[in-house]
Amino acid sequence: MTAVPGTAPVTSNAARLVDVVFRIREFGIIAVLGLLVLVTALIQTRFLSMSELQFVLVDTTIFALLAVGETMVVLTRNVDLSVGSVLGLSAFLSADMFGKHPGTSIVTVFAIGIGIGVACGVANGLLTTIGRVPSLVVTLATLYIIRGIDVLLVGGGQVVASSLPNSFLNIPQATTFGIPDLAIVIAVGVALVAYYLRSYRSGRELYAIGSNPEAARLAGIPIGRRVFMTFVVSGAVAGLAGVLWAAQYGTIDSTAGTGYELQVIAAVVVGGVAIFGGSGTVIGAALGALLLNTINSALYVLGISNYWDQAIAGFLLITAIALDRLITVQLTAALRRRSRLGA
Amino acid sequence: MASESIDQGEPGTAGPTPPAAAPILSLQHASKSFGAIRALEDVSIDLFPGEAHALVGENGAGKSTLVKIFAAVHQPDSGRLLVDGVEVAMNGPADARDAGIAVIYQEPSLFPDLTVIENIFIGRQPLGRGRRIDRRSMRNQAEAIFTRLGVPLDPERIARGLSIAEQQIVEIAKALSLDARVIVMDEPTAALSAVEVDRLFGVATALREAGVAVLFISHRLEEVFSLCQRVTVLRDGGLVLTRELAGMSSDDLVRAMVGRDLPAREVSDHTAGAPVLEVGRLTREGVFLDISFQVCAGEIVALAGLVGAGRSEVARAIFGIDAYDAGSVTLAGRSLRRSSPTVAMASGVGFVPEDRRQQGLVMPASIASNIVLASLSRLARFGFIRRSTENGFAADWAVKLQIKYGRLSNPVSSLSGGNQQKVVLAKWLARRPSLLIVDEPTRGIDVGTKAEVHSLLDELAGEGVAILMISSELPEVLRVADRILVMREGRLVAEFDHTVASEETILAAATGQSTGVAA
Repeated sequence: MTAVPGTAPVTSNAARLVDVVFRIREFGIIAVLGLLVLVTALIQTRFLSMSELQFVLVDTTIFALLAVGETMVVLTRNVDLSVGSVLGLSAFLSADMFGKHPGTSIVTVFAIGIGIGVACGVANGLLTTIGRVPSLVVTLATLYIIRGIDVLLVGGGQVVASSLPNSFLNIPQATTFGIPDLAIVIAVGVALVAYYLRSYRSGRELYAIGSNPEAARLAGIPIGRRVFMTFVVSGAVAGLAGVLWAAQYGTIDSTAGTGYELQVIAAVVVGGVAIFGGSGTVIGAALGALLLNTINSALYVLGISNYWDQAIAGFLLITAIALDRLITVQLTAALRRRSRLGA
Repeated sequence: MASESIDQGEPGTAGPTPPAAAPILSLQHASKSFGAIRALEDVSIDLFPGEAHALVGENGAGKSTLVKIFAAVHQPDSGRLLVDGVEVAMNGPADARDAGIAVIYQEPSLFPDLTVIENIFIGRQPLGRGRRIDRRSMRNQAEAIFTRLGVPLDPERIARGLSIAEQQIVEIAKALSLDARVIVMDEPTAALSAVEVDRLFGVATALREAGVAVLFISHRLEEVFSLCQRVTVLRDGGLVLTRELAGMSSDDLVRAMVGRDLPAREVSDHTAGAPVLEVGRLTREGVFLDISFQVCAGEIVALAGLVGAGRSEVARAIFGIDAYDAGSVTLAGRSLRRSSPTVAMASGVGFVPEDRRQQGLVMPASIASNIVLASLSRLARFGFIRRSTENGFAADWAVKLQIKYGRLSNPVSSLSGGNQQKVVLAKWLARRPSLLIVDEPTRGIDVGTKAEVHSLLDELAGEGVAILMISSELPEVLRVADRILVMREGRLVAEFDHTVASEETILAAATGQSTGVAA
């Protein structure tokens, strides 16, 4: 550790190395995405049609939203499995407002959807932080409970598009220069969350908690409050996604959003967020969601059975985890070497 | 409140000893218990501005508890904490930080995924407009600190992959960035090289001269003498003395730390037979180095030393739990394959680990199933084990070891600590080992059961079992062992026959005051 002139460039190389690796991580998703679009478009030009792309983008925004909320939870070394159920409940109850109380304003409906999500998030957060139950168990339970409530309320019925006002159904259709407005709004939202996580104390503390919970405690970070907040955000976001889902699909029964939680977690992990917390970005998670959704659409366009979709998602997941593991090992070794050189 | 500082004369060491100054931090009559264990009893300590105050004591004397009270990780059960003469209630680490108390822990606690800068400033990053983190200011402050420390550590790299010494430097930088008025250093030098220690002392001295109070905890007494003006000695959770270091010798200090008469031998002398375990030049990079010794049949060899000296690691390497980089382990003349506990067990090695609850027992399982756990293959017939065979076997051993239990089917967690330890011993003895490794065999066990465990070890040695015992309790080492090996910082530094060993000589060797005579 003696101060030897000339060690500074060596160590700053290490910093650059870290930088490059993380940039590559997101670049990798974009490259795979580009390749996928290109190959699919060459085989089936219909894939590049405006309506197809727009559908993929709107669909992705819903997933990206969920992925952003999930990322915040996962960063703290927790997980929220209830997002699919929350989405389903919010989608049904908010859309049902139009049928039960015609003339309800769209703003009110959004508020109701988000409110439902917040309530679920508060329940998850309280059970995890005050009840000290592992979030995996808590949210697995609420996954079933919330879905159960949904089934009770919906019964065998469903909300159909004809009962929804056109102004609501048109939300996902609005475009600017061919890009869905919704996608633009969500992209801006993701960027804002990314900025928050990077530049605010409470954002950085989420990473700290997931990186080393014991050290976070010793550093005086209010772990309970922060983790609680991430569950509320994840719930609110799932509630919002539910309303958008209703507008996008129009027909809502009690199965809306079933199984989404696993797809969302897959997107988050493919997007480079460490499943045990501490590292990753919401932009990566959103890109992960985009990639998985694009694969889904590409398979559909190519006429390949969508059973393949899940197999491919699984394969990507393993690739992503293997890649992350490899990068971590390599990176740690590289940093060790640098620190020896600097020593 | 009566101050514990006795005299202010003879400021022999550099820097003024505060004569009339008021203490920055004052802990008065603090007690703390964990369950039935009294970790700290009626301890008072004053820290004055501009002093480096040493805190010394044996393992388990209560130093770490005291540190955690200052860090507000623990709250004392009784007693008062005063900052600048005003009583304060600190409910968590953030409160201690706000009160100007920084703690550098023995084990660095960094965030591996965050950069060095973020590790230093987490939770209190400098803020710019709109409460955003001011990265430039943060970077400048960090660089200023590293310049002051004279360390070429890249502040922008992530903490993952930093060496222990570098992690320690980051912890120190963190304390400096706090502008703390009290800095508690819990064995900060344990992982540092001589050069780094010098640099740390330079910084500590500069801080002290700037009016900071430094509480310095170290087992290396020469460091205590070179850095500190006053010393507080703890023993068994109680305060022994607080006084000026000037005029004290390291012998005085060791005597104050030990403070007991030589305990009487509890066991008979054994006649050592043929070597059972031979360890040759065993090395694991950064953990232990060049360890060679042997344990003979019918002999109890103790491995003494301070916590963290590498004793348990050597034992784990012998048993095959951890890998080693070089050297050999030979059992009864046959070389033992590395990193395979299964092979070690098959060759007749038993291992009673340090952490009985986590590593020694399956806590929710029954007493009987814990006893038979290591003997299953011998009890099984065609792969099946009959409940009655299992119970009969367990009952035999429970009687042999005088385990006090309700029913053999009760969970082992229902037993007292001492009886739990007997279950662990029974599990291994049932395999009739030729070598038994016991790591802290009587930790947290009451006096009566302790004596029973000791006589059990004595009996086993009498039957010709070779026993390697790790113990941090010097009285136990002196009572039970035939030969005593002392480790310090990963090396074997001394060997004593029990007839010539004393607590003072062992402690002196363990803390690096002198080297013992090789027997």
